[in-house]
Amino acid sequence: MIRLERRRRQSRAWALATPVLAVCATVATGMVMFALLGKDPVEAIRTIFWAPLFDPNLASYARPQILVKAAPLVLIAIGLSLGFRANIWNIGAEGQYIMGAIAGGATALALYPLDAWWIFPLMITAGIAGGVAWAMVPALLKIRFNANEILVSLMLVYVAEQLLASVSIGLLRNPDGIGFPGSRNLQHYESAANSELITGTGIHTGVIAAIAVALMVHALLRLHRLGFQIRLAGLSARSAAHSGANPKRLTAICLAAGGGLAGLAGIFELAGPAGQLTIDFNVGYGFTAIIVAFLGRLNPLGIVLAGLLMALTYIGGEMAQFMLNLPAAAIQAFQGMLLFFLLSMDFLSRFRIAFGTARIN
Amino acid sequence: MDLSSINPLLLIATMIAASMPIFFAAIGELVAEKSGVLNLGVEGMMIIGAVCGFVAAVETGSPIAGVFAAMLAGAALSLLFGLLTQLLHANQVATGLALTLFGLGLSALIGQSYAGIKPPSFPQIGFGTLSELPVIGALLFGYDALVYASAVLVVAVWWFLGRSRGGLALRAVGENQDAAHALGYRVVAIRMGAIVFGGACAGVGGAYLSLLRVPQWTEGATAGAGWIALALVVFSSWKPFRVVLGAFLFGGVTLLQLNLQAVGAEINPVYLSMAPYLVTIVALAAISGTGRGAHLGAPGSLGKPFHASG
Amino acid sequence: MTEFFEVGELSKAYPGVQANDRVSFSMDAGEIHALLGENGSGKSTLVKMIYGIVRPDSGRMTLLGQPHAPANPSVARSRGIAMVFQHFSLFNALTVAENIALGMHRPPRARRLDDQIRATGSNYGLPLNPNARVGDLSVGERQRVEIIRCLLQDPKLLIMDEPTSVLTPQETGILFATLRKLASEGTAILYISHKLEEIRDLCNNATILRAGRVVATCSPQEKSARELAEMMVGSSFSAPERPNSAFGEPLLEVRGISLRPGPTFGTPLKEVSFTVKRGEILGIAGIAGNGQDELVSTLSGEASVDSGDILVSGASLGRTSLESRRRLGLLVAPEERIGHAAAAEMNLVENAFLTGADRMELARFGIANWRKARKFAEAIIEKFDVRTTGAASYAGSLSGGNLQKFVIGREILQDPLVLVVNQPTWGVDAAAAAAIRQALLDLAASGSAVVAVSQDLDELIEISSSIAVLNNGSLSQPRPVANYTRDELGILMGGTHDIRLTAEESNDSA
Repeated sequence: MIRLERRRRQSRAWALATPVLAVCATVATGMVMFALLGKDPVEAIRTIFWAPLFDPNLASYARPQILVKAAPLVLIAIGLSLGFRANIWNIGAEGQYIMGAIAGGATALALYPLDAWWIFPLMITAGIAGGVAWAMVPALLKIRFNANEILVSLMLVYVAEQLLASVSIGLLRNPDGIGFPGSRNLQHYESAANSELITGTGIHTGVIAAIAVALMVHALLRLHRLGFQIRLAGLSARSAAHSGANPKRLTAICLAAGGGLAGLAGIFELAGPAGQLTIDFNVGYGFTAIIVAFLGRLNPLGIVLAGLLMALTYIGGEMAQFMLNLPAAAIQAFQGMLLFFLLSMDFLSRFRIAFGTARIN
Repeated sequence: MDLSSINPLLLIATMIAASMPIFFAAIGELVAEKSGVLNLGVEGMMIIGAVCGFVAAVETGSPIAGVFAAMLAGAALSLLFGLLTQLLHANQVATGLALTLFGLGLSALIGQSYAGIKPPSFPQIGFGTLSELPVIGALLFGYDALVYASAVLVVAVWWFLGRSRGGLALRAVGENQDAAHALGYRVVAIRMGAIVFGGACAGVGGAYLSLLRVPQWTEGATAGAGWIALALVVFSSWKPFRVVLGAFLFGGVTLLQLNLQAVGAEINPVYLSMAPYLVTIVALAAISGTGRGAHLGAPGSLGKPFHASG
Repeated sequence: MTEFFEVGELSKAYPGVQANDRVSFSMDAGEIHALLGENGSGKSTLVKMIYGIVRPDSGRMTLLGQPHAPANPSVARSRGIAMVFQHFSLFNALTVAENIALGMHRPPRARRLDDQIRATGSNYGLPLNPNARVGDLSVGERQRVEIIRCLLQDPKLLIMDEPTSVLTPQETGILFATLRKLASEGTAILYISHKLEEIRDLCNNATILRAGRVVATCSPQEKSARELAEMMVGSSFSAPERPNSAFGEPLLEVRGISLRPGPTFGTPLKEVSFTVKRGEILGIAGIAGNGQDELVSTLSGEASVDSGDILVSGASLGRTSLESRRRLGLLVAPEERIGHAAAAEMNLVENAFLTGADRMELARFGIANWRKARKFAEAIIEKFDVRTTGAASYAGSLSGGNLQKFVIGREILQDPLVLVVNQPTWGVDAAAAAAIRQALLDLAASGSAVVAVSQDLDELIEISSSIAVLNNGSLSQPRPVANYTRDELGILMGGTHDIRLTAEESNDSA
């Protein structure tokens, strides 16, 4: 007879092993999926995971791109992970990302063509503020009315998408754009551009910020009282209240952190890789970041690794799309599968599988 | 603006049609939540239902086959959720999100070669001369089979939950899982049943969207309908007939927005497109703000993991 | 002739613990048989096996000469076994009738069931409205629901798991009358308790369990409570000493605080007032759910009062936060050890930090000093004899008694001016309970004021200088312990209002 026995506490070894196992299982299942789509599974996996890193013709393009993709994923995922740890489920990061980009972008466009050093920092601040403001809606509704933050934050994604569509063909449209939709390209506005810091590496300010945020949040969780309270709130809300944490304050802080970092990611993306506000500016980073947060076990340093891996599947997926004609949706399904496997493997860290009947000591 | 071009009878008929997808999804989720399971994967199950229903209808030429395929597809995806949350004890919130992310990706993959195709049209139920009666004919006898099925479904769910022994057991499991277990009820089995029922309903809701409401397949066709359905369950305080009412209201808002855009109302269309989502947020805040958890009818064990300790 | 019910060599092991080890006993029809033992002695596991919730690893049971090995509770119920649980297996959102139907093998149609509930209720003096929502009933009424659920199935064997832990002495009397009537009609009753006087009063025979084994079988009337206690615990233990001292100035003054019921707190507090002086231990008695949680939460600062005021050393607290109350010296040890006082998945260092951060200066500018926190945790472990592998072990790995010693010790070592403890020895083994009571007495002797909220009257009588009773959110005037009789306390706990109601109801049914 096979039984599950609950472990007294999570096994640390399994907690580290499960993401690796989940990736392996996803790769195996992915190969079956690719085979069903009529592609050579080995070639597909090689193109996704190996080619971007080591193919002599592609790596020079792909490696910097991995950093460019990973930066927003890591920033957003770290913000979300704080909430997830405290049982506060912000899943509207996509909307907060959009609002960060709109707020920061609007600031820059309002100042165009002024040339000053303070424009970029001001944009960043506005971007963070945009994301925070958007996240404050579910926070306040939860605090005031006990409204479910999952649903409210998610609904606001659709609202933000409508706003984005509106401003990119209306308010913020490029006046010199001869009728094309989309704002001015910030890459061509030197004071506002988030350009590569070292040419050819893909490293822009957002990449540096992602690493800095990861280290800061790591320190916060291990050393600071607020981090302790966030961890405690996730384990037991009443214990957290007993230790002196104010649950409303924690809700506001965790949602603000998620929104602020998503907004930050949004403005870095807008001022750098994306360049202009268009109707399809957002590509789902806010949702993929949820996978990244779990894959990184809600640990800031784990999230950095998970973000890099997820960015690799994006770039590899693009290459597979280009070289093998693999549909883009296959990669999306592939990423979804990864989260499934991760969650299902997770039980290994919380339960022990026992065979036979209970031992009698 | 010319409001007279909006025909009230037609408006009611289309409002009903507009409310169907979220109704099916919400009534299924209601049963799942009554058993104590919070499945946030409604959007994913809906869109998988939408695409599978569409593909099956196109391939077989039968929209009925499409509906059944959608039901199976939604149920299959919900079974995955059940396995993870009930047997492997995965976090319900995270697993529901995974279901949605996976469903969106998989549906795009399945449907990629079906964009732009028109599905076979859904047969109307023939009521003969009844449907030619003035006003009443259009109001009562002018719908597709699924609308009538939905009416049967809501009564059936109401009867099952409120009047049957099985429904009592299901509510008991959702209310206090440990007590139900102590009395000998099979918590996991009952919940699995409720989850699969919820998945099948969400699948039908999706199929309604792709086969009837907007008869075509586009990526991300559900556009948050699954999430609105989740909000609707809260809004209805876990009562079946209120789901009907709520779905009708939300359907009405969606439709009004389209109608107003069509007649060229002087409101920025952006605000109109946001309306269904904003209304959902406001409704959610209003309903959550008025009552206290238990008095709203939220099941006591909703979302709590269950592991039989003895 | 075969016995009515027999348990032979029953064993059950859980990971790391042998819950039952070759347990045997037997019962006759119409017998009230006590199963006596401390918390953790294996009583609950044993009855769960009889009722089919847990399957034994080995051993056998026979009911009326037939082998009894129920695969699940409904099989056990169909064979005539019924059980009233310690933590009620009730569903608050459902009606009385629905709750009863859920526990029946084959419930009749709704209207007939309602009639049966009324009929059985009046027959046994347990009146109930079948259509009332269980969530709206009092604790005593909820137990009636459980009992009627059992009686409607015409049980041959009725199992009662600690039924009186939630009842007033008066309600206990009514329950015993019902049980004696049932026994006289031929029902066998397996009565689980650790309350010696009750067992001596009610039961014909007793089986005593210790650490999963049967240590004795006896007729409880022939033994003294002290003899029974020694068999149960395994060694004689001494009652704590109570130093005699005069009290100093008031340290805690509670002036007419009221709290409206809300989502987290169901019972309102009505104008609660009391004063505790330096060196004094005030006991607050009462049945669970009469506002204990609410009172303790308003003192700790987790809930803020609607009106009234709390003063510590003459300083008004108003709506000050939990942290500033701690700094003033008002410390609280809540009832739930796991999930409130401590977090199971955190280690003892982190759990020491949980409430000790401010007073023990374990954090500066919000940055935790984990080394200092570890020293604090180690000090608690040493001073309060917490049995554990070390400060790095997780709170969830400690036994109930050891964790409770840690939780109480954590507050005492912070040198409180006022310490409020809620159910200080609930579910704790006798040795740890004695140690905790002694620690509270020592704390008061050293010049602190202590408020002990407890359901255990014996405990309060043992440690308190004076006692007040909390009933439905109202607190009686505190009086010195010597000025009470047990009956008076019981009547206060039930509330005079309830007593009158019960009398009327029994008139109705007569």
